[in-house]
Amino acid sequence: MSATMLTVKELNFYYSKTQVLRDVNIEIPGNEVTAIIGPSGCGKSSFLKALNRLYEIIPGARVTGEIIYNGGNLLSRDVDVVGLRKEIGMVFQRPNPFPKSIYANVAYGPRLHGVKRKELDRIVEESLRKAGLWDEVKDKLNKSGLDLSGGEQQRLCIARCLAVEPKIILMDEPCSALDPIATAKIEDLIYNLKQDYTVIIVTHNMQQAARVSDKTAVFLTGGKMVEYGETVKIFENPENKIVEDYITGKFG
Amino acid sequence: MTNKQTSLFRRKLHERTIKYFFFACAATSIVVLFFIAIFLFHEGVGVFRVVEITDFLSGRRWAPARVQPILGILPMLLGSLFVTVGAMIVAVPLGLSAAVYIAEIAPPKIKNPIKSAIELLAGIPSVVYGFIGLVFLVPWLQETFNLPTGFTALTGSLLLGVMAVPIIASISEDAIYAVPRDFREASYALGATKWQTITRAVLPASISGISAAIILGGMSRVIGETMTVLMVTGNAPIIPDSICSFLRPVRTMTASVALEMGEAAKGGIHYSALFAIGLVLFTITFLLNLIADFILHRYKEAQKR
Amino acid sequence: MNRVQRRRFAQATAFALLAFATFLILAIMVGIISFVASQGIGAISWEFLTAFPRSGMTEGGIFPAIVGTFYLAMGTTLISLPLGVFAAIYLVEYSYQGRLIRLIRIGINNLAGVPSIVFGLFGLALFVRHLGLGVSLLSGSLTLAFFVLPLVIRASEEALLAVPQGFREGALALGATKWQSVYTVVLPTAVPAILTGGILALGIAAGQTAPIIFTAAAFFTPRLPDSIFSPIMALPFHIYVMASESAHFAVTRHLQFGTALVLLAIVFGINITAIIIRSQMRKRRRW
Ligand SMILES: Nc1ncnc2c1ncn2[C@@H]1O[C@H](COP(=O)(O)OP(=O)(O)OP(=O)(O)O)[C@@H](O)[C@H]1O
Ligand SMILES: [Mg+2]
Repeated sequence: MSATMLTVKELNFYYSKTQVLRDVNIEIPGNEVTAIIGPSGCGKSSFLKALNRLYEIIPGARVTGEIIYNGGNLLSRDVDVVGLRKEIGMVFQRPNPFPKSIYANVAYGPRLHGVKRKELDRIVEESLRKAGLWDEVKDKLNKSGLDLSGGEQQRLCIARCLAVEPKIILMDEPCSALDPIATAKIEDLIYNLKQDYTVIIVTHNMQQAARVSDKTAVFLTGGKMVEYGETVKIFENPENKIVEDYITGKFG
Repeated sequence: MTNKQTSLFRRKLHERTIKYFFFACAATSIVVLFFIAIFLFHEGVGVFRVVEITDFLSGRRWAPARVQPILGILPMLLGSLFVTVGAMIVAVPLGLSAAVYIAEIAPPKIKNPIKSAIELLAGIPSVVYGFIGLVFLVPWLQETFNLPTGFTALTGSLLLGVMAVPIIASISEDAIYAVPRDFREASYALGATKWQTITRAVLPASISGISAAIILGGMSRVIGETMTVLMVTGNAPIIPDSICSFLRPVRTMTASVALEMGEAAKGGIHYSALFAIGLVLFTITFLLNLIADFILHRYKEAQKR
Repeated sequence: MNRVQRRRFAQATAFALLAFATFLILAIMVGIISFVASQGIGAISWEFLTAFPRSGMTEGGIFPAIVGTFYLAMGTTLISLPLGVFAAIYLVEYSYQGRLIRLIRIGINNLAGVPSIVFGLFGLALFVRHLGLGVSLLSGSLTLAFFVLPLVIRASEEALLAVPQGFREGALALGATKWQSVYTVVLPTAVPAILTGGILALGIAAGQTAPIIFTAAAFFTPRLPDSIFSPIMALPFHIYVMASESAHFAVTRHLQFGTALVLLAIVFGINITAIIIRSQMRKRRRW
């Protein structure tokens, strides 16, 4: 059993007046993959955005509660958000490589954070290797990131995220825009990532959650987290009747 | 403070400074607007020591260069009004037709070329319109209607009307384009023809955008237009009083300012009077803009519901 | 005719009228251009484009007016483009809805509606007189810069709004500060569209007359402007003077047409460039 990475306490999330998360409590373990599942609109993406404070760029979005990370509350005002986002990376639902070269995409984060030029080549190669993209792109690093296929773009985004050496990686439905083959590649990748990283992945796909994750949290409409535990247990023997209905596809 | 905290503090300060800098740039527009009002007032207020503001606005004679200047701008107020009304009669039907045609009817292939062409038309400088009016329209009107002079309010209205068309067309087209699809589909579902859909569903739904287009792109622009009217309306400060006045010379407020500023001595009454005319122009266009803004804003609010 | 036929007929008539109106407008434009071109082309010669006016402006060329217009358009764009882009950055990237923003927007809309001659008065009072810059290239550029500012702001705003939100989120999620995300990702993506706005401003500045009559323009200058404090000749003002104020207006018609043609060519050239850039950009955009 690995040590706790993030402890979410009584988290509430609001867009202006509408509340989308209610009193969420979770302990997320380090070096494991935690899946978040639940019907559309139940607040999964919002939950991720609370973890790296990306909600701050949405006018009217607000949170209450605590998220303990490294012994401090990462939601508190005096936290260095930029430093936080370096440690908690994110991969989005739609691949969003910058309209720059493949190399510049991966080097973007390190450059921002003042990494020396000499080291960039190494970081770029390493990150692309980890993302399983190196062999495909090593001869065209100067091509635009937008020239890649959807699946390659998403792996580029993962490489870009790895290049800043985060501790936690948030993934918001990373495969929903991809075909099955590209999806399988990314699932393999996620499985390998957990040796070095803590991964939190939102997905709509039950099988995917079952395949890649160690723990699963089920959110339901209204923004409540109704069950959380070992993935195997959630899928085979959920405590909650509603969760069982959801997982077996009776609704959602 | 630890090292980490200082660098965090530095970065926050840096970010905030940048933000305030951009804010200052964004606020420039409103500052300039304010300065325009202040300077017009400052330079123009002197005239009201000599005439009452009501006499200034309603005085029927304009003779600013006399030893005892007579400062009534009614001829110019009405001149601007006449030319503007005439121009709108030309521009609104043409501009709206073009907007509807482009937005609803034009085959996709020619839609963009037409839009670009109209955009180009909007780019023709007003002095070129004035020049063409001068060398072509003025003599032509004089001959056709057998007038003592071709420098008339009508000449100005025709030219300004053509000038206003592209602006009215493009703003209205945006308004029409913004009408949601379901409006149209609902209408078709009831068995309406395309034309019925346009007149009964699309145009009513975009009416506020179109009114704003007419006020902003049409009236406000036309009242403020200078070079064209200056070159073709004859600039006689005669009060236009009937429909026949369209066939006689008029002088607009803008033309007065452009024409006389050169001869008005700085700080004199004449100079002040011209700035006061500027202030009147500024006020009129300001009010027109506020009205248009209000219409658009209310429309947006209504759409949200 | 039955009802259906009547409705069809009404629609066909209406559509024909609308098409007629649209093509009438286009015909007017073609008419204007071909009229100026056919009358003006005879005046165009190397000397006309590169020589100073002679014999009390009844002969010679329009070189100083071309140069003056060029300087004026450049000056205007140099001032208004950065200011407008920065303002747009604030409005799109930094501000949330609020009273202050609404006020700023009302300010921009109203500034866009201020008549050009009123800008002329403002420039005369503030730059020429109050700040003592005199009738000069600088006064004229400043006046025109504020005149085109609302347009530049709007064009830049549109350019920034067209940048996908995902780029901003992506940058921020990698630990970029707000400014870094704007500077490294948003602005470079928006540059072509912003430039289009700048080019349009250039075209407007080149064609304006009223704002420069009292602030920058001279009937005639014996030399090219040697500093930003010199008065300048400009094509639009030159046309006005030659056609309306000069005692020799009748004998210089061909020169007036030539000047009008040059001005139209410049303005159209600028606008067509902007249109082409924009359509290329739309074709190439991949996000
Ligand atoms: N920017 C926003 N402003 C206001 N409401 C929002 C905003 N973003 C999301 N919401 C609302 O908040 C609720 C939760 O949204 P969220 O995106 O977190 O759901 P989700 O679980 O990720 O859904 P999905 O599975 O469809 O991605 C939804 O009802 C949504 O409509
Ligand atoms: Mg989501």
